[in-house]
Amino acid sequence: MTLLPYLVAGWLFLAGCYGLVTSRNLVHAVGCLTIAQSSTYVLLLAVGYRSGATAPVFGDLPVGAPVVDPVVQALTLTDIVVSATVTALLLALTLQIHKRHGTVDPDELRALRN
Amino acid sequence: MESLPLLCVAVPLLVAAGLAAVGRWLPRPVVDVVSLLSCLGVLGLGVTLLVATGSRRVVSWVAGYTPHGGASVGVVFVVDRVGAGLAVLVAALMTGALLYTWRYFSEVESKFHVLMLLFLAGMAGFALTGDLFDAFVFFELMGAVAYALTGYKIEEAQPLQGALNFAVVNSLGAYCTLLGIGLLYGRTGELGFAQIHQALAGHGPPDALVVVGAALVLTGFLVKAAAVPFHFWLADAHAVAPSPVCVLFSGVMVELGLYGVARTWSAALSAALPAERLRPALLVGGVVTALVASVMCLAQTHLKRLLAFSTMAHMGLFLVALGALEPASVGGLLVYVLGHAGVKGALFLCAGLLLNHHGSLDAEELYGRGREMPVTRVCFLVGALALAGLPPSGTWLGKTLSEDGLSHAGYGWAPALFVATSALTGAAVLRVGLQIFLGVGERPGSAEDTRGRHEDSETGALLSRLPATMVGPAVTLLGVGVALGMVPGLGRVAEQAAQTLLDGGGYAAATLHGAVGVHAPASDVTGFTASGVVLGLVSVALALAVAAAQLYSRRLPAPVRAVGVALRPPLRILRATHSGHLGDYVVWLLLGVTLLAGAIAVS
Amino acid sequence: MSRRARLAMFAVVAAALGAALVLALLGLPRFGSAFHPYGDRAVAVAVGPQQTANVVGSVTFDQRGVDTLGEEFILFGSVIGALVLLRPAPEEREVGVRGAGRVMSSTGLAGYLLLPISLLVGGYIVAHGAVSPGGGFQGGVILASGWHLLYVAGRYAALRRLVPNKPLELAEAVGGAAFAAIGVAGIGVAGVFLVNLLPKGSLGSLLSAGTVPVLNGAVGVEVTSGVVLLLASFLDQAVVLRSIEEADE
Repeated sequence: MTLLPYLVAGWLFLAGCYGLVTSRNLVHAVGCLTIAQSSTYVLLLAVGYRSGATAPVFGDLPVGAPVVDPVVQALTLTDIVVSATVTALLLALTLQIHKRHGTVDPDELRALRN
Repeated sequence: MESLPLLCVAVPLLVAAGLAAVGRWLPRPVVDVVSLLSCLGVLGLGVTLLVATGSRRVVSWVAGYTPHGGASVGVVFVVDRVGAGLAVLVAALMTGALLYTWRYFSEVESKFHVLMLLFLAGMAGFALTGDLFDAFVFFELMGAVAYALTGYKIEEAQPLQGALNFAVVNSLGAYCTLLGIGLLYGRTGELGFAQIHQALAGHGPPDALVVVGAALVLTGFLVKAAAVPFHFWLADAHAVAPSPVCVLFSGVMVELGLYGVARTWSAALSAALPAERLRPALLVGGVVTALVASVMCLAQTHLKRLLAFSTMAHMGLFLVALGALEPASVGGLLVYVLGHAGVKGALFLCAGLLLNHHGSLDAEELYGRGREMPVTRVCFLVGALALAGLPPSGTWLGKTLSEDGLSHAGYGWAPALFVATSALTGAAVLRVGLQIFLGVGERPGSAEDTRGRHEDSETGALLSRLPATMVGPAVTLLGVGVALGMVPGLGRVAEQAAQTLLDGGGYAAATLHGAVGVHAPASDVTGFTASGVVLGLVSVALALAVAAAQLYSRRLPAPVRAVGVALRPPLRILRATHSGHLGDYVVWLLLGVTLLAGAIAVS
Repeated sequence: MSRRARLAMFAVVAAALGAALVLALLGLPRFGSAFHPYGDRAVAVAVGPQQTANVVGSVTFDQRGVDTLGEEFILFGSVIGALVLLRPAPEEREVGVRGAGRVMSSTGLAGYLLLPISLLVGGYIVAHGAVSPGGGFQGGVILASGWHLLYVAGRYAALRRLVPNKPLELAEAVGGAAFAAIGVAGIGVAGVFLVNLLPKGSLGSLLSAGTVPVLNGAVGVEVTSGVVLLLASFLDQAVVLRSIEEADE
């Protein structure tokens, strides 16, 4: 199935959004946001794949051998580490919300209703 | 010259890292001075670029990977007049904001300044880059730092929730953009604006991939620009962020979202999506945003939330002016953004002054208590009139130029929309200004949620005397915003800059083939038309009338009050959608993406 | 909105968006296709003039280095932001590390044994970023998690003594500044930002690829210190900080 990896990316995105919409716990919501982000990685890496090619590292490989696209790999690897720290930022906010509001249930957070 | 765009980004990054390393051992005045100097440095670099881009685009291939045969492996920074102007605006607002924080925000040693300088670098990088993925990286940088700055006041409950809503919605928007980048990369194999333009050109009508990819990429920028239905985070975040941070949010950060839309479309997507495909989405989105925000604005009593909705209403107007995708209206947009940045920045700083002097942001609680703040009073009320479109302020000039540009492009309803929106938002700001600073009107009593009562002042204890470092930036920003309307030839320069912005083919040629480009044809627009002045005065008069109606609502004749009562149920529904609930916001975001894709597909 | 209304609206919107996404994904080149113009150019530049065996490292630190500069500072900014958000509130105080509870001796032993191994592996991965898969980001994360084996082994107090906050903040800032400084140095030396100035060596040797190993090192230092700081501030919230009323009990 040549479409499956791409469909997995789409599914991950929608599943992450479903989690965000129905979440009853902000920590769970932040995790769902990470899942939605992982869909972008799967899409990028799937786009970069080349059949019959190997990793783009020429230590043992003869120069000129077919390799997969290194550009999307570079984009993905920096993004993963960065997203870990942004998730940490969101969890820091969640932790402080718990201290101030006493709850992390979005349904019960009422401070900003208008 | 080619190194200047990168220095605009690298200098604040270096200074931020330096302050983070040694800030705890430096005395506070040194930290303040160093940050201010680096902002002024970026300002100087930006002005140099602004002057240089009058005749050409400044193209800078990072690490020396210049293109061969129209292809390259490197990242390019392409600066035209609009990009340079935005970099100057960012640096100028940041200077004012950091001056305002002189000696305060010291609970975290130098970290507040570190975050502000990183914010500056992110915004400058976003305005100057010529690569779509690089734009995404700087977009994320400005976002991550903004989330932390919004939640700064950890002792209160509201800032944290506002910051989290802001963070999740904007991050989700950014991930939509990245999905779109992935789709476009799969089709074109390129990441730079000019390269994507070249690869998309000449393939006939766009298929589903290009349409959905374009919609996804534009979504992240429209979320930042707070267009309906992506807008719910803006009021939540503005209501709770520290005042100097709000100046930057309203003055330039949301406008950069709009810039992202404009740049991405003209420099990359216009090869596959002609203007007609995008116009309906932008125009309809802008009209709905302007109307929804104006109505919500009138219903607020929390000062910063009110100002946030007025920013959103003006963003709606900006979106309409952009949506015509014509140099005349986009030129007006550029002037309007500049004027609005000065005026809105001043209003937010005045709100901060009220907070630091009285410990509240609620119009009811502050009723009449602003009487002993003469400078702030004048500043706030003049700002309110400028927002309503008083000639000859910068906001009026931008409004007039946009109205003219839109009418000539065939959108005759635009002046009415602009007048109505500026009148309504101006009325709301006038109303609270008169209540707080002059004690005019009946004492307000309301039962809405989201109060600004008993907020902690941003300076620790309440200030009895407001320092010049706080009042000065407010007055200066207002002065510049108002005086901008009297700069001769500003309209002409803006229209030429808009012409260059919208020229995607020229952008690609300059980037990939080093073409110098032709001068944009001189325009003859001035803005000081009789109709422009009349419409401006009409807006102000309407604003005063609506403000008076709100202030003296009990003395209004019965038919008028009946209309007001009849409008309450729809208003209640509208206000209920602004629930503060994260799940709601995500559903609206997804709806927006789908509608945008649909609009592009069927146009 | 009520839960049911929200869910119903989501169902409709997700169905429409899902359909649009599928239509779009159908337009992508077949999975595994050979259409990678940018990738081919990047490989040619990496193994040719830049003598970098790890092409991903070449793209990350050389060809698209300014992206990595931005990403590195996103990390830096997020760490600083998290430190700002997790700072002790006025009514909180540090009361020293609470007891670790019972930790099995086998866990403790595994922690002690794995600590030097992970530090070594992490350092190796950072140093060989230009010649084999890995680099500053990956190695930095391994180094940071290696330190936290001490926490798992029940020796959190020892961990806090070994890696206190102040030197870590300094190290993180130095790592970030080094990347930006190398970029600016490029302007001074060759008039171009982030140009790869150092000698390129030969493909596959440890000292090849010019500035790529140096930038890998800078990023490695920054990521390690940043992640350790993050984990430290979170663990402090759980283990060290107490509100004043609780502390007095």
